Amino acid sequence: MKWLRQVAALTILNIRTLPQRLGSSTVAVVGIGAVVAVFAGVLSMANGFERTVAGTGSDDIAIVLRDGSNTELTSGLSLEHTRLIAGAPGVRRDANDEPIVSAELFVIVELQKKTTASAANAALRGIQANGQALRKRMEIVEGRMFEPGKYEIIVGRGAQHQFVGLELGNSIRFGQTEWTVVGVFADGGSVFESELWCDVRVLQPAYRRGSTFQTVRAQLVDPASLATFEEALESDPRLEVDVFGEREYYAEQAEPVTNFIRFVGYPLAFLMAIGAIFAAINTMYSSVSARSREIATLRALGFGPSPIALATLLEAAVLGVLGGILGGAVAYLGMNARTASTLDMQSFSQVAFNFAVTGELLIDGLLAALAVGLLGGLFPAVRAARVPVAVALRGF
Amino acid sequence: MKYFGLIWSNMWRKRIRTTLTILSVFVAFLLFGMLSAFELAFDGSNASIENAERLISVHKVSLINFLPIAYVERVRNLPGVANATHSTWFGAYYQESRNTFGQFPVDAESYLALYPEFTLPPEQEKAWLNNRTGAVVGRAIADQFGFKVGDRVPLTSTLWTNMDGNKSWEFDIEGVFEDSSGNGNSVYMLFHYDYFDEARAFAKGEIGWIIEKGDGSRPNTELAADIDLMFANSSAETKTTDEAAFAEEYAKQFGNIALIVTAILGAVFFTILLVNGNTMAQSVRERIPELAVLKTLGFGPGTILGMVLLEGVLLAFIGGVAGIVAAKWLLVMASKAMASTLPGGLTLNAQTIAWAVAFMFLVGMASGLLPAVQAMRLSIVQALARR
Repeated sequence: MKWLRQVAALTILNIRTLPQRLGSSTVAVVGIGAVVAVFAGVLSMANGFERTVAGTGSDDIAIVLRDGSNTELTSGLSLEHTRLIAGAPGVRRDANDEPIVSAELFVIVELQKKTTASAANAALRGIQANGQALRKRMEIVEGRMFEPGKYEIIVGRGAQHQFVGLELGNSIRFGQTEWTVVGVFADGGSVFESELWCDVRVLQPAYRRGSTFQTVRAQLVDPASLATFEEALESDPRLEVDVFGEREYYAEQAEPVTNFIRFVGYPLAFLMAIGAIFAAINTMYSSVSARSREIATLRALGFGPSPIALATLLEAAVLGVLGGILGGAVAYLGMNARTASTLDMQSFSQVAFNFAVTGELLIDGLLAALAVGLLGGLFPAVRAARVPVAVALRGF
Repeated sequence: MKYFGLIWSNMWRKRIRTTLTILSVFVAFLLFGMLSAFELAFDGSNASIENAERLISVHKVSLINFLPIAYVERVRNLPGVANATHSTWFGAYYQESRNTFGQFPVDAESYLALYPEFTLPPEQEKAWLNNRTGAVVGRAIADQFGFKVGDRVPLTSTLWTNMDGNKSWEFDIEGVFEDSSGNGNSVYMLFHYDYFDEARAFAKGEIGWIIEKGDGSRPNTELAADIDLMFANSSAETKTTDEAAFAEEYAKQFGNIALIVTAILGAVFFTILLVNGNTMAQSVRERIPELAVLKTLGFGPGTILGMVLLEGVLLAFIGGVAGIVAAKWLLVMASKAMASTLPGGLTLNAQTIAWAVAFMFLVGMASGLLPAVQAMRLSIVQALARR
């Protein structure tokens, strides 16, 4: 109990005298803050990208691709195949007993990216009449839906935000065809918002695709029907296709980019943390050496060496936490919800996403900051406990 | 310079503090080196400055649209064009989908003529030209997957189906090429277009892009405009740029990597400046009586200023040089590990090193400046009386 009281008294003393060591304490706090800010900032990109891409898709929708194609872009299906797929068991049917499916084309067009003012790939998707119904969150936020059979496109919010020339009413030229932007749509922040949509029947001739498609999206009776549907397609000798649940498909698509950012982000944060530990050790050593007289006085008054060590360690921990809060705040205020876009190699097109400085990320950052503070305080704490009383009291 | 010994011993009056400061400078420059290399790998300017005279023509709508093979001959016959060749994305992996690397069906002779930096032993080149299903692989790929001359390698294409209706394609490794340009481009596999075109199930007679080179009689910009004009209003219009611009534009698609790197390094250097400045300030504060003694002995204010500044610079250089050397070493290892993801490899170029040296100097000067001025302005009487 007495020991605890000593620790408490000394810690409060240390913290209350922090302003006297403002310079070096600030250095430690800012150093740790920088680590946390960079850590949270970089990983918020991975989180944001993951949230956008992996958050796309629904459990009761299946995507059918040609066997061996792991992306929509490299897939290809004939008209006959799409009909077989639509007729398979497990697909929900509408009031007229027609299967709810959308056979789609997914092509790439080049547009000017606003941020870099250079050409970048955009995804242009041709959908069938059911295409809109298959994205339940999809809604037109400006203008109207394209009219079937016309060279009209609707653009996702994200696409409009990142590319030049996608304002409502504009016309854009891709190759030999001229398209008019007639609407802007939202889809709950998913990947689709980075895309341009049009009627698949006008896209086919424009891209000389004849009557072929790339993917089929099918509305399942319920999520559990995926197995039935998949089995039926895979046992059909006329088809060579791969079937994915839409959610699972997009979760996989998100992986390469998020893994890459994490692969770079964690070592970066680790290296910076090591740098910050050095700065923290320095700060705490100077804190101890500046107070060696006071510490000796305390020892002479009867404070034990272990409370003194622990109080020093706690002081370092407080600096760490302050740094963590500072860094987290900087990352959150500076980065959160900021929009960026990158080239997703899976779809070979730009995907817009918002940086997501999540609570989890902030907690991780705070814990890391605490660890840096504690590691930085460890050796100085031992030094503090070992201050030779007589020598220190005499001065230097 | 004659005071070097004095500066040196002053610097080490608190061993631990100086060591820790140097270590944090070390970490800062290690990060600087690695992040700069990373940025360089993405900004594309690393690609090939010396080959800037090569032009590349792609489909105007996007890189994934094909061009008719007949275009190659038309480009080759254009006045001012010395040679032209073509390439197509094959998009296959070896065994597992994570073993993806670049493979391109090419016209071997014209391709090798346009890419003299890909060096291949003559007997291997001959064997490749004589084997229809032959392929050559870059050194990095050969090392990564253990491909040897004589191996028969099956690859699975994610895009191309062959006439048998499947996506497995077999190749005989006939040679291993090196990239003598030092840009680390030995991460591809090249094989014969004829074999590819005959065996593929669709898009026969179509290619991905055309690479051409002028004969020097006309500027590249003029050639590029002429090529695009030649195919204007056809069903496959082209967009021609020089190779470096093409690489840069492609790299820009990943986002503003430069901005991210700059932001991170800004945070790192701001912190380092604080750490270093704090160390210098503490060190000068402790030394006030000594500095007063030096002044009494006749050291001029300029000398004192210089000594303190030099101490800061020295601190930054010891840590900084060590950091850059360590970065160089780590990058060599990282390049090997990421050979197929970052084909250009990760390297430090002369410009990065020059910047690093400039930053070491700046960090040193900036951190020493305030304490140095303080030391210079010191009044002897007050300083001596302080204790």
